[in-house]
Amino acid sequence: MASADRPPLGAHVAGPAATRGRRTARGAESPWRRHAIAVATMAAVIAGWQAIIVVFHVPTYIAPSPVQVAQALRTEARTLLVNTWPTLVETIAGFVLGNLVAVAAAVGFVHNRTFRHSVYPLAVTVRTLPIVAISPILVLLLGNGYAPKIAIAALITFFPTLVNMADGLDAVDAQALELMRVLSASRWEVFRYLRWPTSLPYLFSALRIASTAALLGAIVGEWIGSNAGLGYLIVAATYDYRTPLLYATMTVASVLALLLFNLVSIIEHYAVSWRATHVRPD
Amino acid sequence: MIVSEGHSEPAVSIALRGVSMTFDRGGEPLEVLRHVTLEIRRGEFVSLLGPSGCGKSTLLRAVADILSPTEGTIEVLGRSPGGARRDRALGMVFQQPVLLPWLSVEDNVALPLRIGGWGKRHPSGPAPAALLALVGLQGFERVRPAQLSGGMQQRAAIARALVSDPPILLMDEPFGALDAITRDRLNEELLRIWTETRRTILFVTHSIPEAVYLSSRVVVLSPRPAEIRRVVEVGMGYPRHPRMRDTGEFTRVTAALREALEH
Repeated sequence: MASADRPPLGAHVAGPAATRGRRTARGAESPWRRHAIAVATMAAVIAGWQAIIVVFHVPTYIAPSPVQVAQALRTEARTLLVNTWPTLVETIAGFVLGNLVAVAAAVGFVHNRTFRHSVYPLAVTVRTLPIVAISPILVLLLGNGYAPKIAIAALITFFPTLVNMADGLDAVDAQALELMRVLSASRWEVFRYLRWPTSLPYLFSALRIASTAALLGAIVGEWIGSNAGLGYLIVAATYDYRTPLLYATMTVASVLALLLFNLVSIIEHYAVSWRATHVRPD
Repeated sequence: MIVSEGHSEPAVSIALRGVSMTFDRGGEPLEVLRHVTLEIRRGEFVSLLGPSGCGKSTLLRAVADILSPTEGTIEVLGRSPGGARRDRALGMVFQQPVLLPWLSVEDNVALPLRIGGWGKRHPSGPAPAALLALVGLQGFERVRPAQLSGGMQQRAAIARALVSDPPILLMDEPFGALDAITRDRLNEELLRIWTETRRTILFVTHSIPEAVYLSSRVVVLSPRPAEIRRVVEVGMGYPRHPRMRDTGEFTRVTAALREALEH
């Protein structure tokens, strides 16, 4: 269905859909047009960047031109690839861990008030601590390997998922709860048939944020103490004034974030497919 | 035809004796129901008529064991409301259809069968597909609720209320959110379903014509705290026909109800 609630970011529309889109004169913009605008804007920004570098003779070590970044992407492809792997592992492990704990905590919240009132303020307090300050502490505690990076990625994803999931599990309709009461449903049945499905759109909103946040967490973790990963590469390239490599690394990180975001969006599209339906008039 | 049989049902379906209810509204007591005494016989179609917010829905919820009365007793088929609820003696239709949007229409209707393993313990009950046909929704089994109109969604909600074959149906302004034309059509459908399945219906509404057209008796409630002001017998037989709205009896009952509401 092309009219999905939230099409994956940067998704390309196939030919027939595009033609159909153009014919819908009234209402929403056609997807074809929307994507064309996005691509054109991106191209204009890159062209403007190239022009500024050339016109003002900006030295490469301060800011490389897009062409130089593209060259770095090609010549340093191996370095970039080797360093993408650990970051990806940390991101995914942290994402899974942080979200699992967050979902479990949110489920605990709706079923036990004491648990909610004890853990929620604690979670908020941990959240207020700056992640750059926590990172060295975690490195001291967990050493130099994957563990502290996974912990940081998990920590950064934990909070938005916890808050959203707790809201989602509580967002059930009052009359639906009454229906469950009339049916003498157990707590487990209320959870399984009502609360869990109700919370899924909330969960996926959080997961989309968490997917990019987890990558950020892993990179920040690598800054503090690491000899591999995109975060390490950013630090190393900066110290050596290898600015084109720095920009190339950022490009890879950005593409990785987009891929993760889109992956979550695609899973969401199937898991919460019931959101993209249409109402029939009386 | 789907009929509740095999139960040795008492002649009185619902008995309310001196039912009062007071809520605690931020430390201040809010009296919602006052000394409501009412008997509803088996197979009757009784409407509770009253101004918005008077407590009719509260009364219905007390019968359904969603709320408990502060004073007085309620008996449903000779049992406590809680016992009746656990035995699925009551089916409820709400103001909103409350269909679960992630389930197909048929799965929504089958939901009461899945909860508590009811369907497995009562395999001879009506089939969801047959009930969908009864409410005129055949062909929409695999569709999601959001693809149905408001009226069709409420039909599905009625089918769901009937699936565990309850002898009593509680309806809380089920057609209040629908347009007048759809509402009239669903009134016809409801009467047809009631005639075909013969259960006791307790129906909450604030529409006088709807109450008169559907019911055998109309109970008029006062504004909050709700007391029974008058019980009016509707002297029209069944099956009802839309033309009955133009008869003298219809006008007479309507006028009597209006007067009871106003004075």
